[in-house]
Amino acid sequence: MSDHASGETAFRVRPYLLTGGRTRSTVDLPMEALVRTTPEGHAALAAAGLERHRIMSLCVDQQSVAEVSAHLKIHLQVARVLVGDLIDEGLVAVQTANNQPSQRPDLQLLERVLDGLQAL
Amino acid sequence: MTNVNPQIPVKIVVAGGFAVGKSTFVASVSDIDPLTTEAAMTKVSEGVDDLGDATKKRSTTVAMDFGRVGLSSELVLYLFGTPGQDRFHFMWDELVRGAIGAVVLVDTGRLDQCFPAVDYMEQAGVPFVVAINAFDGVLRHHPDDVRDALDVPVHVPVVVTDARHRAAVRDTLVGLVRHAMTVAAAV
Repeated sequence: MSDHASGETAFRVRPYLLTGGRTRSTVDLPMEALVRTTPEGHAALAAAGLERHRIMSLCVDQQSVAEVSAHLKIHLQVARVLVGDLIDEGLVAVQTANNQPSQRPDLQLLERVLDGLQAL
Repeated sequence: MTNVNPQIPVKIVVAGGFAVGKSTFVASVSDIDPLTTEAAMTKVSEGVDDLGDATKKRSTTVAMDFGRVGLSSELVLYLFGTPGQDRFHFMWDELVRGAIGAVVLVDTGRLDQCFPAVDYMEQAGVPFVVAINAFDGVLRHHPDDVRDALDVPVHVPVVVTDARHRAAVRDTLVGLVRHAMTVAAAV
């Protein structure tokens, strides 16, 4: 059980108490990075503390970090830190467009995006 | 992993002045009701180094609207509407990182409001299109006049759109992706 989000008052505490005061994730997570709960995460779900439980429940269906932030009503950066922890622990897996988040999509990917948009 | 179909996320930024129709634009193509995420400006924001002034220590929250468009079983597009004011530039760095590019929405009645976005995208080297939001189908200025007024480089497309209509928004996004492909091919 997580020690910082186990009570009803969890939503009333200042956001950074949820992250133990940390403001950065150990992983570089773009806000559009897709997060999905792993089998290990499923197994750990029942014992997870409130915020972690909510994130892992939500990400059974793949969600972006931004969606995690929006649905849990927590700041984007807080969502990043919490998701980053879960990634470190193997409880969720993350999918980004490429391994270097700062890179723009290459031509091949852009062509696929174009095809997808034109089919809308 | 149980991932049958891991999707790849891509992102487009929708920028522009206050109340120019960014949220409407996003909502017109989004598969989900647009969501709002909040980012705090102090402490949690990376790259903010100039907050020495004690009066600014209190946290300012900036809200972003965003939507999601499933493009295929493998691709999902996120559209982020960004606050257009100068003081939120710190957030644009974060937003445009890894983005396909940006749509700068323009209301020809308030052209000056999109100057910061145009300047920013140009300086940051982000592929962008200028999209004139023709409310009620009324185009008050010719795209060429808007191009001149904004001093947009020749290679940057200036298009007319209607943020309320899915097809018009889709065509604008197609135009941006085509432009981004031209930019990517030229590198």
